[in-house]
Parts: sequence; C-alpha cells; structure tokens
Amino acid sequence: MNVALVKNETGSALSDSFAIARDRLPGTGKVVGAREAAFAAYAQAGLPHRRIEDWKYTDLRALMREVLPLAPAPGTAELTRAATAAKLHAIEGVRRLVLVDGVFAPKLSELGGLEKGLVIRTLRETLEAGDAALQAQLLAPDNSNPMVALNSAMMTDGVVIEIADGVVLTQPLQIVHIASGNVPAAMFTRSLLRLGKDAGATLVESYVAADGAKTYQVHDSLIVSIGNNSRLDHVRLNEDSRDASNISSAVVSLGAHAHFNTFGMMSGAGVSRYQATIAFAGEGSKVETNGVNLLNGKQHADTTLFMDHAVPNGASREIFRAVVDDRAHSVFQGRIIVRPHAQKTDAKMMTRALLLSDEAEADNKPELEIFADDVTCGHGATTGALDESLLFYLRARGLSEKEAQALLIQAFVGEAIESIVNDGLRELAIAAAERWLEARG
Amino acid sequence: MSLLEVKDLKVRVEEREILHGLSLTVNPGQVHAIMGPNGSGKSTLSHVIAGKPGYEVTGGEILFRGEDLLEMSPDQRAAKGVFLAFQYPVEIPGVTTMNFLRTALNAQRRARGESEFLVPDFLKKVRNVAASLNIPMDMLKRGVNVGFSGGEKKRNEILQMALFEPAVCILDEMDSGLDIDALRIAADGVNALRSPDRAMVVITHYQRLLNYIVPDVVHVMSKGRVVKSGGKELALELEASGYAQFEDAA
Ligand SMILES: Nc1ncnc2c1ncn2[C@@H]1O[C@H](COP(=O)(O)OP(=O)(O)OP(=O)(O)O)[C@@H](O)[C@H]1O
Ligand SMILES: [Mg+2]
Repeated sequence: MNVALVKNETGSALSDSFAIARDRLPGTGKVVGAREAAFAAYAQAGLPHRRIEDWKYTDLRALMREVLPLAPAPGTAELTRAATAAKLHAIEGVRRLVLVDGVFAPKLSELGGLEKGLVIRTLRETLEAGDAALQAQLLAPDNSNPMVALNSAMMTDGVVIEIADGVVLTQPLQIVHIASGNVPAAMFTRSLLRLGKDAGATLVESYVAADGAKTYQVHDSLIVSIGNNSRLDHVRLNEDSRDASNISSAVVSLGAHAHFNTFGMMSGAGVSRYQATIAFAGEGSKVETNGVNLLNGKQHADTTLFMDHAVPNGASREIFRAVVDDRAHSVFQGRIIVRPHAQKTDAKMMTRALLLSDEAEADNKPELEIFADDVTCGHGATTGALDESLLFYLRARGLSEKEAQALLIQAFVGEAIESIVNDGLRELAIAAAERWLEARG
Repeated sequence: MSLLEVKDLKVRVEEREILHGLSLTVNPGQVHAIMGPNGSGKSTLSHVIAGKPGYEVTGGEILFRGEDLLEMSPDQRAAKGVFLAFQYPVEIPGVTTMNFLRTALNAQRRARGESEFLVPDFLKKVRNVAASLNIPMDMLKRGVNVGFSGGEKKRNEILQMALFEPAVCILDEMDSGLDIDALRIAADGVNALRSPDRAMVVITHYQRLLNYIVPDVVHVMSKGRVVKSGGKELALELEASGYAQFEDAA
C-alpha cells in the first residue's frame, strides 16, 4: 500500500489502522490486491465532502470527521449484550443471521435445517476459500465511490447467501447487525445474496445497538443479483444508536422478468447514508422502492438511489417519505437513467416530506437522464407541515397535540409500510415507527 | 350553574372582527337553536367554543360549568365534555375510523382519569351506537370520512357524539346534506342523547330540523350578534318572513 497517497491526518490515522487490521482481514492473493487498490482509492479521496456533487448535502468530513479503528472481535461479554439487543428485532419464523461488531456470530444465528437449495456462508469463509465466481461478485464494486472503496478495503465479515434456481423460500432471511459498542469503533461488513432463476426470497436487514453502546460506525454493503423470473422482497430497518453513523451501500441487479420490492426505514443513527444502485439487466422487470426517514434531534439521514434502466420494458416506482422534526436533516437524491436502448421504460419517483419544526430540513434532488424517446418518466415532490385542519379535528376529539401528530404521522408512514408483504415484517416496521413516535414524547 | 356561558364575546379573524359582543347562556337539559343568514358568524362561534386556532378573542369570555374555556386546549375541552359536530368534517386518509374512535375515546377517558376501554368492550359499544344510527360497520373500517358521502360524514359526527357522551353538543348544520330518512335517523340519535344534564346547541338554516329536534330556545344571529331570542315559534316566524327584519337591528 502506498502511504504517500495519504494526505491528511485522518487518512494517515486510518492507513495505520488499515495496516494494523490487515491480519484480521480475510482473503489472500487477488483479494489482498483488491483491498490494497480499494484502500489506495479511498486514501486518495478521503471522506467525501460537500464540494463533491454527490455528497453536497452529506458532508462526511463535517458529520463523521474520521473513520474509527476496526472494532475488536466480540468476546463473550459482547455476545451476551448482543443477544439481548437482538430481541428488539426478533421475529418469529425468520432465519436470523447475526453480525456482532462486524463479525458473524454463529451462536446467535440459526443455521440449522437449511431448506434445499439454500446455502449460507460467511464472507470470511468465502474470501478465504470460496469459489472464484462468488469472490468475483463480492469484489465487483468499483472504487469510484470512496465509501464503497473503503468498505472493499476493510470488509471483515458478512453473510453470503445463495438460493438455487427454482427455490422459493417461505422463511424470510434476516441479517442483524448489532453493535455492542463497548469501545468507539467501526465495523466493515459486506453481504451477498444471489437469487437464482424462478426463485423467491425475502431478506431483512436490521441494524440495532446494545444498551448504552458508545459511538460506533457501521460501514456496510450488500450485493444482490436477482435471476430471471425471480422475486426478492427486501426490508431494511435501522434503529442504530443516536451516537452511531451508518454508511451503507447496495448494488442490485435484476435479470429478466424479475421483481424487486424494497422497503427501507431509517429511524436510528445520528448520521446515515444509504446509497443503492439498482440496475435492470434483463427486460420486463419491475422495481418498487419505498423509503421512510423518521428523524428528530440532530439526526442526518441521506438516501441516494440510482435507478439504471439499461434495457427496454423496465418499470420502477420510487416513493420516499420523510418525517423531520427538531433540527434534523433528511436528504433524498434520486437519479434515474434511461439508456438509449431502454425503450418503454416506465419510471416514476415521488418524494413527500413532512416538516414538524421550523428548523427541520428536507432536501430533495431528483435527476432524470433520459436517452430513449419512448418512455414514461416522471417525478414529483411535496414538502409541508401536518395539515392544521386535520390536527384540529383530532384535537377537538380529545387527542393531545403529540397524539394527534402521532396518528397523522403513522398514517403517512403507514402507506409505505403497507408495501411490506410479510405480516411479521410489517409489524416489525410498525413497531419501529412507534418506538420513534414514543421517543418524541 | 349554567353549562355554557358566552359573555360579550368579540372575535377577530385576520384583522377583521366577526363576532361583535355575542352572549349566550345554555343550561343543562336545554336545546338551543341558532339560526341566521350565511356569514353571520355561527360557525365562527362554534369553532371558538371548540378551540380552533386562528381566531383572536379580543373581548368577553366563555365559561363551561363556570370554568374559563378559553384557557383550555381543544383536547382539554373535549375531555371536559364539549363536542362540536362539524359543518364540514375533514377526511383523514390512512387513519381507520375504528382506530380513530378508540384513540379519541381513550384519550378523553385518560384525561379524565378514567380507565381506558379494552378492545372488546369498545367494539360492543361502537356496534350498538352504529346500529342505532344505521351505520354499517364496514364504513368504520375505512379511513376517517374518506370517500364518505356528505350524509355519511354527518352521521359519523353523530356517531362520535353518541360514543363520547359529551355534556354540551354543538351541531353545526347537521342537517345539510342529509336526505329525509337520514335526517330522521340522525335526529333520533340526537334526541336519544337529550338528558337533564346535557345541553345541545343546534345551528341550522331550516325550521324542518327543529320539528325533529324541538328546541327550548331559538336565537337569531346576524352580523356577529344574537339579535333576537325566543321560543320554538320564532323559527316558524323566520321561515315565513326571512331575516330581512333583523338586518337593521344588527
Ligand atoms: N379564516 C377566515 N378568514 C377570513 N374570514 C373568515 C374566516 N373564517 C370566517 N370568516 C368570515 O367570517 C364570517 C362568518 O363566517 P361563518 O363561517 O362563521 O358564518 P356562518 O354563519 O357559519 O355561515 P354559513 O351559514 O354560511 O355556514 C364570514 O364573513 C366569513 O367569510
Ligand atoms: Mg357555518
């Protein structure tokens, strides 16, 4: 690794920690080379700041300041704390796969009785001894996005899931990220889901913290490929601690006649960025994304989606809702590209923000780049306060101001939560929203 | 003690005075009717009693059982037993009527220090009230007033009134938008709630409603004041001769 590339203090501290962490980072040969290239790319760029267009609303140099050192592998005490924290997102009938402080925790996970056609490995195993194709898929993301590059350099563990052709899983899979938070530290995880042809699955990603967790950083990424005629339902719920940062990236590609239904809700973390690239690689596929930000205090949450219509006859729907209170800041950047051959694309994007205080902020940046002529594309945005006449009606019926607001916020968020098909997961999302509302008082 | 006492009330909206010193005393067990031309301030009065923001009270007071109502938040007023059936009930998408009714009823009960209704007891209560008002339960599974016809919205207001059992019910044009049968059912619902310790203030343009809900006192409002009060025969008089005779008095 070329330390000379590291220009600022933050970077050099990190390069030390990269050097120190090296022994703990899985993989040999090609993997090591990829890590070093990724780290060099990150070191050159450093944390993204507001002068970089893609990060203008989310200046990580100001918001995160530095990348914390790699979290130590969890011991018995950490695992015990994590087991308690996991209960917050425990749902019956779901296969739980737990990462504690960025390391797969077999004792907290359910690996028994795997359905036929379902294979689950850890990232560590896969990078050390996995097959070349899986490794290639894991190393595929390029280093143009500094936070993805950092994740590629430092990825320590994660879950690698393969679902064979023709297999429709009835039991949802849940990756639970738990921060024990004993010391201020960062965890770097990468997971992969490969869904074969004519297959189906539900994937839940949960982010929670043990009680009293200290400042921590989650650097996560997810790589997904959905085969022809397959459907993936995806739910992402973030209840990280308020002292935490969560920088997550997803890269999703869809084959032909595939369906990707994704719901994400950020009610946790002090600083977060979720950046997802969804690429249509086969014709006739459909993507539905529903995003919700529930923010208060000084929370900052950025969702940046890139919908890449590269082939004809794709349909995408993005609905993003933000409820922003106090001095919190919600960011939605939605870029849709319709490439020249992608005729008959139907792409729509809608953002709706509810501002509950004068100092609350919601930024919305839609970007449509359309290079095909026979397409239906559109975007819309609304920003406003809760409707006074509705609030008064509820208060005239006995609800306090907070109760009336809560009911209207639940209704607003509820429309998005309705998009979750699985009953248990929908209830989990409702419960997370209620926790946020209750914490408002 | 009178239940509701409005004394010399002056109210402004956006720098314009709408009520110019209005007085009204409502005793327990009474039904008062308020009639008056469009724009005379009837809804304004009802909103100020319920505590709607946006109105500036520049003079006078409103007492509820001797307590200063204007000092209370709208939800405190509701918990004390003030109920306004709105002239234009709003639609609340995403909040089912059932959930709304239960949340509201329990919020009021909590505020009064009473125990909350459990779901089965609540359901039983709603079912009985809905049946008496000819409201199908399916309607209550929908968003509050969402897609309800004008008449259904009004019936939903009466349903709430029956459920919350308030001490003072202000009905702002409950008859508008109701067909003849619905009017009779709604009026029956209101009459069923008449009791020696409850009072009603019925705002209407039409004498016909007062055939069903027979008032003890009829007031004529014009230009932000009560210009005449009398017995139920005053309504008939108005029906025959209109408001012109009061325009000058105002
Ligand atoms: N928010 C407001 N801003 C400005 N003027 C208002 C507002 N609300 C009411 N007014 C005015 O106050 C006056 C009284 O209105 P109000 O609705 O109380 O009349 P009303 O007697 O209920 O009439 P109707 O019989 O048509 O229902 C009207 O001239 C109306 O335009
Ligand atoms: Mg009116």
